[in-house]
Amino acid sequence: MNQRSRLSLLVVQILIVSLLAALFGRLFYLQIAAGPKYRNAALSIQSRDVIAPATRGLIVDDYGVPLALNKVGLAITIDRIAIDKQPDKGVAVMQRVAKLLNLNYSDVYTNTRLCGELPKGQRAGCWTGSRYQPIPITKEADPNIALQIVERSDQFPGVNAQPIAIRNYPGIVGVNGAHILGYVGPLTDTDLAKGNGKQYFKSETIGKSGLEIQYDSFLRGTPGIRTVIVDRKEAITRESQNTKPIAGDHLITSLDARLQAATEKALADAVKRGRANGYTSDSGAAVVMDVRTGRILALASYPTYDPNAFEKGLTVQEASDLFSEKKSVPALNRALQGLFAPASTFKIVSTVAAASAGYDLNANYDCPSEVQIGNRAFQNYDSKDQGRMNLKKAIALSCDTVWYKIAFDEWLRDGGMHPKSSPNDYFFKAAQSFHIPQKVGIDLPSESTSRLADRAYKKSWFEQNKDFYCNYKTRATKAQQTPFLIQLAAENCVSGDKIRAGDAVNFSIGQGDTVVTPLKLTQMYAAIANGGTIWQATVGKAIVKTDGTVVKTITPQKLGTLSAAPSTIKFLQGALREVVVSGTGRGVFAGFPIEVSAKTGTGQVFGRNANGSLKDDTSWFASFAPSNNPQYAVVLMVGQGGFGGATSGVSVRQIYDTIFGVKGNKIIAGTALFPNGKPPTTLPKISPATKPKETK
Amino acid sequence: MSQIAARQRLYRRSRSSIFHGFDPVLTAAVGLLLFIGTLLVYAATRDWYAHNGLDPQYYLKRHVVNIAIGALLAYGTTVIDYRLLRAYTPVVWGLGVIGLIIVLIPGLGSEVNGAKAWIALPGGFQIQPAELAKISIIIGMSMILSERSHDSDEPTSRDVLQALVIAGLPVLLILLQPDMGTVFIISASVVTIIAVSGSSTKWVVGLLLVAVLGAFVATKSGVISDYQIKRLQTFVDPTADTQGTGYQLRQARITVGSGGLIGTGLFNGPQTNGRFVPEQQTDFIFTVAGEELGFLGSGLIVLLYLIILMRSFAIARRTNDPFGRLVTTGVIAWYAFQLFENIGMTLGLMPMTGVPLPFVSYGGSSMFATLIGFGLLQNVHARSRG
Repeated sequence: MNQRSRLSLLVVQILIVSLLAALFGRLFYLQIAAGPKYRNAALSIQSRDVIAPATRGLIVDDYGVPLALNKVGLAITIDRIAIDKQPDKGVAVMQRVAKLLNLNYSDVYTNTRLCGELPKGQRAGCWTGSRYQPIPITKEADPNIALQIVERSDQFPGVNAQPIAIRNYPGIVGVNGAHILGYVGPLTDTDLAKGNGKQYFKSETIGKSGLEIQYDSFLRGTPGIRTVIVDRKEAITRESQNTKPIAGDHLITSLDARLQAATEKALADAVKRGRANGYTSDSGAAVVMDVRTGRILALASYPTYDPNAFEKGLTVQEASDLFSEKKSVPALNRALQGLFAPASTFKIVSTVAAASAGYDLNANYDCPSEVQIGNRAFQNYDSKDQGRMNLKKAIALSCDTVWYKIAFDEWLRDGGMHPKSSPNDYFFKAAQSFHIPQKVGIDLPSESTSRLADRAYKKSWFEQNKDFYCNYKTRATKAQQTPFLIQLAAENCVSGDKIRAGDAVNFSIGQGDTVVTPLKLTQMYAAIANGGTIWQATVGKAIVKTDGTVVKTITPQKLGTLSAAPSTIKFLQGALREVVVSGTGRGVFAGFPIEVSAKTGTGQVFGRNANGSLKDDTSWFASFAPSNNPQYAVVLMVGQGGFGGATSGVSVRQIYDTIFGVKGNKIIAGTALFPNGKPPTTLPKISPATKPKETK
Repeated sequence: MSQIAARQRLYRRSRSSIFHGFDPVLTAAVGLLLFIGTLLVYAATRDWYAHNGLDPQYYLKRHVVNIAIGALLAYGTTVIDYRLLRAYTPVVWGLGVIGLIIVLIPGLGSEVNGAKAWIALPGGFQIQPAELAKISIIIGMSMILSERSHDSDEPTSRDVLQALVIAGLPVLLILLQPDMGTVFIISASVVTIIAVSGSSTKWVVGLLLVAVLGAFVATKSGVISDYQIKRLQTFVDPTADTQGTGYQLRQARITVGSGGLIGTGLFNGPQTNGRFVPEQQTDFIFTVAGEELGFLGSGLIVLLYLIILMRSFAIARRTNDPFGRLVTTGVIAWYAFQLFENIGMTLGLMPMTGVPLPFVSYGGSSMFATLIGFGLLQNVHARSRG
């Protein structure tokens, strides 16, 4: 062998060894390094999960009356395996079915396609489950039509009719409950993505809002899974697991169906009343809370929607209406998501502030028609001079100027425009002790946090807006370039980060940047009623299994205690009673046989409606009863509803009528909702057939 | 006692058996590979055949018969005097070329997966002339490049040109089928033989350049058919064709990867039993090893090839006969590039072509040719010792 041959042979040998080394390396990567990934991929190729949905748990009220249950519907289903075997892939069969059921063929086609089979952007309505389970094209078929389909199986191969559970909100005694109960819907990819650890299966029905989503993990149960191993032809070769579905647990709430229905009606009446008086009255909310526990007995928001619409299948129009500003966003639960200036109902905070600042609550104060603050005169409500009076009376008559004076004096004492390093801030501290900047902690999703416009808020507000106000001439629109607004902008630019006299004065009567949810205000009034305890609001009472065993008891939690002297709370209870006896709530509750304590509020709102009209005032009525032994707090508000007493107060009386069994001015024996004034403490037996107690 | 005496004794003993002259390590490695291959062919087909109401041992039986025939051919190749081999070479080459022409004639050749590579025989048998062409090219080229009509130790350009004609005609015919995998393997072997023959480096470099240029022109000018371009595209971008070629390559990779370290156990691979990989008893047989025997089993297969090739390199070095050396080199290059192309394709390192895995894949022609090649190695080995 010559030298060149020898060298060539060596080169060839090295080349070939490198090729084999490359194979080894690649083999190691595929099987060891990336092995788990490929094992999962192989598993998803070979195995198919067929999900048998679990029966969803019921949601019931405190006596066991069902608020959400499962109705048996008749589903017409399509078996993709069978239909795909048709020469035309089932087009003719689906056209026949669509015609018979009065459906659109294109809808039927889309509904029976796996999402992956459709091009992106055209997947609305696609089937999120697997090819191996029957795919429903309607859930509420006419039994006669279903029978036709089943009888003519030669005409409808792969089409079946089967009973199916559909979520139903029965609306017993007229309950709507949409905002509390929520609704269910098919699992989406977004749900899967944010499932964080929760095991969901495609094609499952899950809670989408309200209690349905809050307690979904209990209500949902565990679906049965049958896993089959298939080959390339999609023929099932064996079954690898088969578990039976486990029904979901029931949720017992502290709601009372009768009270809920009455509250919803009272709220709707208040809105009607507001409109009859010429106000826009576009929205509202009402909350009934047990002041001894913080449990929610009823909660309503206006406008509402039909909770059953989702299971029936929402049309595009219905879906967009839910979030339409024109329709006042019915999807919004205003009781916990709406933020409104509390207006005069906020004077309970100012009273606590005044007391801690050392003002004598029993002394007499002037209630002039206006108070001069700097170069601006702040008017009393209706600009009336009410003379000299004690503070109790001032609250009863809702005098504003008393509070202007106190707030202004305290502001000056804290340094005015040059605040001390550690100001007293009695007003802000009182608000803080009512837990205003914290959530109520209700077991419903998406609660808004109320806003306390204190010094810290002002600073952060200024940071975000100083650019706008300091460059007002260039940033603002032409319509905003009025002399007044330009002046205001200049002021904001110079001292927008400070609490100014006007801010302090407005704060004392619940105007300005401080906004609360109706639920927050209920919690605050419940605290006055119960002697100072801030309760977490709860709707759920217990989770029980289908056999009745208790899985979880939801006990109310104390979030804190009002930092106010017992004498101050006593004073406030008396003052709020005085409102109904001789003040702004007198007319509404004239002759009512139960002593009620309350406060009206009429909140100014700035801005204009879509039609150009100025926004009307927010109408508030916050209350508790009975005055001497408080049990319930009721707060009702109507957005753009006008006066507090006239619009909302009357409806609050309606709610108390239901609670205490009052007709006209008389208590009708045996018709009170809760015997001895106490909602049931024992858990009810659960049956879908439970009927509410007669209230005559 | 000297080492030479011991060797002589060993030689006398081995001479008395019918495996006279066989390299024991090479033989053992090939034997083990054939055994593993048989199990894999069975594993690839038994479940699917049973499920579809066919004889689950259909492929197993035929595979064993193929090995038996191949073993006889190998034995014949080993014991034959290679002067006789030289005499027959023109005949073998001629038959190969005729076969390659026949497959191109419509009606006589049968088309599988887009390539007209088979001649259908009565009784369901098929032969693939390209496999036999490999052998005739290797022997023919070795003959021309090892015969010296002058004193020079190196083949002249004239010799190289002659050798290229020997290789060129069959390659041209295979290009027409088209079977790019086989073209690639033969081309690599041709360049290897010329390089080891001691020919001028200019030739080697030149041929490599021609190969690169040829590949470029072929893809651009449309000589390569659509399905081959598609295969190349899916090699570059596996998502390009998710149902066809891309699907097969993805399934192959998943099947191998899912085997992990020790595999699912023989006959227990769900991917294999569900028949998710096509052509699993032939071109994609390595996926069965990957899934059912894991990294250990499939690694062992690669290791056995390494042993076979290293042993063959030793034979090439040891022999004094230039013809034997070139034949050995040719067989080495053939085996090495074919196994690399096959396993590389399975693992996603090489584009998809239809070449079988030597000694392992199901398929008569391929098995016969591979075992004849093995016989050639043994022949050279035996002659190199006297």
